[in-house]
Amino acid sequence: MDDIILALIGGLFIGISSSMMLWGLGRITGISGIFSSATSSIQKDNLWRHSFIIGLLLGGAFMFILFPDHFFSYEISGSPLRIIIAGLLVGLGTQLGSGCTSGHGVCGISRLSKRSLIATMTFIATGIIVVGLERLL
Amino acid sequence: MRQNIIALVSGIIFALGLVISGMVNPAKVKGFLDIFGEWDISLAFVMVGSIGFNFFAFKAITKNRPRYSEKFYLPEKTYLDKKLIFGSALFGIGWGLVGICPGPGIVNLATLKSNALLFILAMSVGVVLSKFIEKFTSH
Repeated sequence: MDDIILALIGGLFIGISSSMMLWGLGRITGISGIFSSATSSIQKDNLWRHSFIIGLLLGGAFMFILFPDHFFSYEISGSPLRIIIAGLLVGLGTQLGSGCTSGHGVCGISRLSKRSLIATMTFIATGIIVVGLERLL
Repeated sequence: MRQNIIALVSGIIFALGLVISGMVNPAKVKGFLDIFGEWDISLAFVMVGSIGFNFFAFKAITKNRPRYSEKFYLPEKTYLDKKLIFGSALFGIGWGLVGICPGPGIVNLATLKSNALLFILAMSVGVVLSKFIEKFTSH
């Protein structure tokens, strides 16, 4: 139950954040897009992307310093090869698919976008399949 | 300048949300995807909380103009295409392998875990790869 409440609260924060971006900048908070554009150029009109990413890092650091055991007692487990393949697929897939869990899953569905609903169902489905297959191996 | 401040603050709040909800924890994410095993449904409520809020907030916000921008930059495509499905499928596979997606990937860098850095580096290469693929497959 606690986990569900934390998920709801976290989700609310994510909603507030993305609504703030839409209200202030008129932009959708799709982190895969923000990341790829931020890492491809540093121009004056692109600075908002860098600011957002710095915000992500600051928020993460803040929580990590204050509550390391409460929220960060986990490992990112996997062999280097697995992590590299996963990263490649996430980077490639989110670009081709025009979005990720924040862009499609949160913002797109909130706008009742058919594309985002299908994209979200697709990446959740293949994620479920991969985890399921690994159980069999 | 105001845009950058709002983006910075939004980024901080977004990170708080990812951490509090457990989205930064790969084991929790894999548990959410483990519906054929030990299913942990809790992360589904991240979508409930975020979409629940945004559905109404977005409606209200889009009635007016953005506060510090001349216009909205909203996705315009409405049709489904192979790229969308294929890309999303690939993303989901990567997500299921380690349990990290872009946002949590970036936030995890703050923990200085070496696997977090490796993931983000690989993700960056994947982004570059996508640009090559799009160049080669454009008509």
